[in-house]
Amino acid sequence: MPQTMFDKLWEAHEVSENLIYIDLHLVHEVTSPQAFDGLRLAGRAVRRPDKTIATADHNVPTDGTMAARLIADQLSRVQVETLERNCEEFGIPIYSLGSERQGIVHVIGPELGVTQPGMTIVCGDSHTSTHGAFGSLAFGIGTSEVEHVLATQCLGQRKPKTMRINYSGELGFGVTAKDLILATIGRLGTGGMVGHAVEYAGPAIESLSMPGRMTVCNMTIEGGGRAGMIAPDEKTFEWVRGRPAAPNDFDAAVERWRRLASDEGASFDTEIDVDAGAISPMVTWGTNPGMVVQVTDSVPDPAQMDSPADRESAERALAYMGLDAGTPMTEVAPERVFIGSCTNSRIEDLREAAEIVDGRKVAGSVRAMVVPGSQQVKADAEAEGLHEVFRSAGFEWREAGCSMCLGMNPDILVEGERCASTSNRNFEGRQGKGGRTHLVSPKMAAAAAIEGHFVDIRDWS
Amino acid sequence: MRPIDVIEGKVSVLDRADVDTDQIIPKQFLKRVERTGFGEFLFYDWIRDGEIELEPNPILLTGANFGCGSSREHAPWALEDFGFEAIVAPSFADIFYSNCTKVGLLPAILDEEHCRAVAEAGEARIDVDDETITCAAGVFKFEVEPDVKHRLLNGLDDIGITLENGAAIDAFEGSGASGYGPVTTAL
Repeated sequence: MPQTMFDKLWEAHEVSENLIYIDLHLVHEVTSPQAFDGLRLAGRAVRRPDKTIATADHNVPTDGTMAARLIADQLSRVQVETLERNCEEFGIPIYSLGSERQGIVHVIGPELGVTQPGMTIVCGDSHTSTHGAFGSLAFGIGTSEVEHVLATQCLGQRKPKTMRINYSGELGFGVTAKDLILATIGRLGTGGMVGHAVEYAGPAIESLSMPGRMTVCNMTIEGGGRAGMIAPDEKTFEWVRGRPAAPNDFDAAVERWRRLASDEGASFDTEIDVDAGAISPMVTWGTNPGMVVQVTDSVPDPAQMDSPADRESAERALAYMGLDAGTPMTEVAPERVFIGSCTNSRIEDLREAAEIVDGRKVAGSVRAMVVPGSQQVKADAEAEGLHEVFRSAGFEWREAGCSMCLGMNPDILVEGERCASTSNRNFEGRQGKGGRTHLVSPKMAAAAAIEGHFVDIRDWS
Repeated sequence: MRPIDVIEGKVSVLDRADVDTDQIIPKQFLKRVERTGFGEFLFYDWIRDGEIELEPNPILLTGANFGCGSSREHAPWALEDFGFEAIVAPSFADIFYSNCTKVGLLPAILDEEHCRAVAEAGEARIDVDDETITCAAGVFKFEVEPDVKHRLLNGLDDIGITLENGAAIDAFEGSGASGYGPVTTAL
């Protein structure tokens, strides 16, 4: 019987019914301390430190602080130091502050090559779905599950349903992977993928670069999906080739990886077709990622919405966002611009933004920052001179970390500030209490920084 | 985890859909390295701003897609620490649902109409074994996965259960099926 990629991954890792083996466990400072405590209390060891790797990302400052003990915020310092101590005690490799391999956990996995096709990957972070871009089964877990994986290298899971989203056509000029996934979530809603492992497929997905595919899979969780995945192909293999953790017998690995794609005729619980050619640059207007419109549209009018519940949440969202129904999105003017996060902080994202910014100046009304996803991305960007492009335009150029994606570190919005952000969540208070987030692609964020308001990147020159 | 079989008492109502984990427990409280003491920060901004009022009753009744967003288990920790023993909603986000079952907080799925009835009744009795919610408006059925129910009713430690299966894990590792992945300690 023809199998989906998900079925193949699940079957290959099922230790016993609904208990799956985990090939890689990524650990960070926020969701792990209580799990290590649990191990100590029960006198348990980490079963496979050689399949575990840690970094500090969520609450590290991005101002050049290069050691945990130097972090000014006491709680953050304790959390990062606790991670370092736990990793030492349990024998887990860690790339903390000061390491040239430190960075956002979902950026360093693919960068080191520890993220490979055919694997099961978990992390105590919902954006673990990012790694599915390589044809792996990757998903976020809670702290009890982190402890469970540390102790057993396995995880009990209900088998999710399968969904395939087929993207026909090609993305138009100026339209990116970020717009593709925002448009998809806008159509399906933030709960539209709940209970499903989602495979993204079709010509528009095949055309995407690996960073683009990571952006798409990254935001699967914003549609409620358990895991997002894309069949591995030559681009995937080329990405992994030569990385520090690439398999020694690379050709044999590629032979195995070629067999992972969903078989012709495999059946999915749900199939959805999307015309990629019809997707425009997108901007969110509300307080969840499903509240999104094309940049050429206006802020929606709650009065025009059918369901009373939608109307009520839209009204509340507009009040929070300080927006009036009917305002063209191109008149919305952010005071802050954030280019970074596990969604869009890879070298390709920075190149795209730099191309827009090159030779121009950030509008006087805007404070803009670029936060590379990892120390490696930062080094690569500096080798290409991107930091000079950003700095001369008036952007701040910072150290690697989650930064203003979630406001657990000093990079936050103040009450009422409006931000064009390349991150993944526009929830109330996500970037700082009272902060107003508009999710966009790196190109759109860069153009908004220059103009002082959103622009349709397709007309902009 | 302590066993739960019957949850009975008043119902607190939070009539909103798509409540995300950033609202349940805002990020500034995730810096603690302990598992307890999160209750006082539950819905921190909404409560401090007077947007909502919540009594620490045994049952929280709320809208669809509750717990969407991040994987932070701090969200169920905060709800439980605040005093809730069960959350009743038309649907839950996947990771949040799973996290609740790990900490002994019952997530019960009930359709919108029955949710409204429970909210109006103001009091209810939830029987985990029978999978029923009883209130003045009637007796409503909800579903829990058999293995989750077994763990909740007995307050069982997940890791202990899996380790009973240790031979299967050893066999899986011995079969070579797990031998392909990268070796992180060799980097």
